[in-house]
Amino acid sequence: MEFFEAFVNMSGGSFAQHMVNGISLGSLYAMIAIGYTMVYGILLMINFAHGDIVMMACYFTFFGISVFHIPWYLTFILVIITTALLGVVIERAAYRPLRDAPKNSVLISAIGASFLLENLANYLFSGRPLRFPNIEVLSQNLSLGSVQIQAISLFIPVVTIVCLMILLHIVNNTKIGMSMRAVSKDYEIARVMGINIDNVISITFAIGSALAAIGAIMWGIRYPGITPMLGVMPGLKCFIAAVIGGVGNIKGAVLGGFILGLGEIIIVAFFPQLSGYRDAFAFIVLIVILFYKPTGLLGEKTTEKV
Amino acid sequence: MAKKRNLILTVILLAGLFGLAWYINFETDSYLRRIVNLCMVYAIIGLSMNLTNGFTGQFSLGQAGFMAIGAYAVGIFTVPVSLRPSVFYAAPMHPAIADIHMPLWLALIVGGLCAALVAFLIGAPVLRLRGDYLAVATLGFSEIIRIVITNAQTITNGALGIKDIPPLNDVRYIFAFTAAVFIFITALINTSYGRAFKAIREDEIAAEAMGIDLFKHKSLAFMLSAFFAGIGGGLYAALLGTVDPKNFLFTLTYNFLLIIVLGGMGSITGSMIGSILVTAGLEFLRIFDEPLELFGVAIPLFRPGFRMVIFSVLLMALVLFWRRGIMGTREFTWDKTIAFCKNPFGIFGRKGVDKA
Repeated sequence: MEFFEAFVNMSGGSFAQHMVNGISLGSLYAMIAIGYTMVYGILLMINFAHGDIVMMACYFTFFGISVFHIPWYLTFILVIITTALLGVVIERAAYRPLRDAPKNSVLISAIGASFLLENLANYLFSGRPLRFPNIEVLSQNLSLGSVQIQAISLFIPVVTIVCLMILLHIVNNTKIGMSMRAVSKDYEIARVMGINIDNVISITFAIGSALAAIGAIMWGIRYPGITPMLGVMPGLKCFIAAVIGGVGNIKGAVLGGFILGLGEIIIVAFFPQLSGYRDAFAFIVLIVILFYKPTGLLGEKTTEKV
Repeated sequence: MAKKRNLILTVILLAGLFGLAWYINFETDSYLRRIVNLCMVYAIIGLSMNLTNGFTGQFSLGQAGFMAIGAYAVGIFTVPVSLRPSVFYAAPMHPAIADIHMPLWLALIVGGLCAALVAFLIGAPVLRLRGDYLAVATLGFSEIIRIVITNAQTITNGALGIKDIPPLNDVRYIFAFTAAVFIFITALINTSYGRAFKAIREDEIAAEAMGIDLFKHKSLAFMLSAFFAGIGGGLYAALLGTVDPKNFLFTLTYNFLLIIVLGGMGSITGSMIGSILVTAGLEFLRIFDEPLELFGVAIPLFRPGFRMVIFSVLLMALVLFWRRGIMGTREFTWDKTIAFCKNPFGIFGRKGVDKA
């Protein structure tokens, strides 16, 4: 019953504050989850390195602004481009040679790529946490009535929605989007139809990594400590978000991201004694959803062929 | 006849290895002893992981969590009662367990059984999943185990960890456990259970059609794997002398993944070779973490962290270029060894046959 006590004792203002926090965390998860879901939709593999791409993008931003003193808006564009390239390079080096290999080998290669990025970051940038550059316009506090909100918390959901619109437009209305859908429907037939599979996969990785870079920049402004292991937990949670929503389904990934983000904030806000278990929440939701609906909330039902 | 000969040879080999363990225990320095001990503990955990991942084909990444359970069982039950107030200084130990003290072997078995019980409980929902989903779910559970341990302050001392575990540095003791696990798993693989595991690995649907109870066998493999991982984790804790939730991050599981990939997924002797190479290799790679001067010039690459970069590059290179590992799914057998000794060059002639 503590839930209701906490709920009743909470003023309207702090409730609104928690909701804004939940929605902005959910949007961040959604942003990163889209990258997982797109790759899974096409290659049927978990890109374990996706969380570490987020981490790398945070370091890129740090170097752009704090070390090379490039104006922040230019840095953002450069970071998005570099991260997209990083995603493509990882695909070329770690996944393309294993296109016809057993699934477990691809999984191990993905784990290896993730582990390599973490160790590389640890080696190059040292394990000491760095502070994400402070961008006054985005990190300032706005007060709306009794609610104090960081500008970025309002900004994140807007950016996510805009990116989602653009992405859905690309996937549904353009030629490259059509080939993506074809490849994810049936890899072999798409190849027979004359689609250049390798290009489509590269573009998918580029788009997913670019979204991860945008997510990473917003993540960094919101949670400013950068460490080499930064991407691990968000990475796992965002994959879970993608699975909850139905892997391969972009809207599903967004839905899953919001469920996890809001759920986590609700746990921390209303059940403070459980806040130590915050990171366990995502995994419990994953098990429950997979148990009752193995294809996720918005996933299509598939039958296994012998 | 040949069977009897092989048995005798195996017994002689084990006796010889035990003699070697005896020698290492008394005649060498503590550094070498430590590496040998670590090799054997990693071999136990590598074997346990191979049972699910290699033989049953269920890609599980939960080994670190099961190790943590075994390690904490050793930590909780073997610390002398008189030392406990100073170990649990932040919050006293729960009265129900505060006075229970066990010898190491009993604590190891208790830890193994606890891990197996947890595996049984999480197996029910998790083992319905396949491939990537199973990997993420088991990884998630290993993190949940760690989070629960971090939060159960009065039982596990939370984030502070447990110190003052009576240190174990007896090579023979660990050797006995490793040999027992090795013999058990070898025997298991050659029973009907072992053949059912392999059938599930090759094709689940076909195995089910042949009348194999998928869930029962997967669950059994998962529980046994957790049991041995628990024992291995307990030995690991006794070896280190302390346990801490941070020791059991899921990246620890990657070490064992490298062992079974290097040795060959689905090969027992491969796992043994893999664990020796990986453990000794990780020690050897330590030179990369120290500054190196060559001809009076400091080479800038060599600084802390380089070792792990090389380690991860090796893991990737292994899976990209040498997917089957050293042994593949083959095993070391006396028959092949004797045939090789009789005709060392014959191996080149029948390479094609061997691959099948």
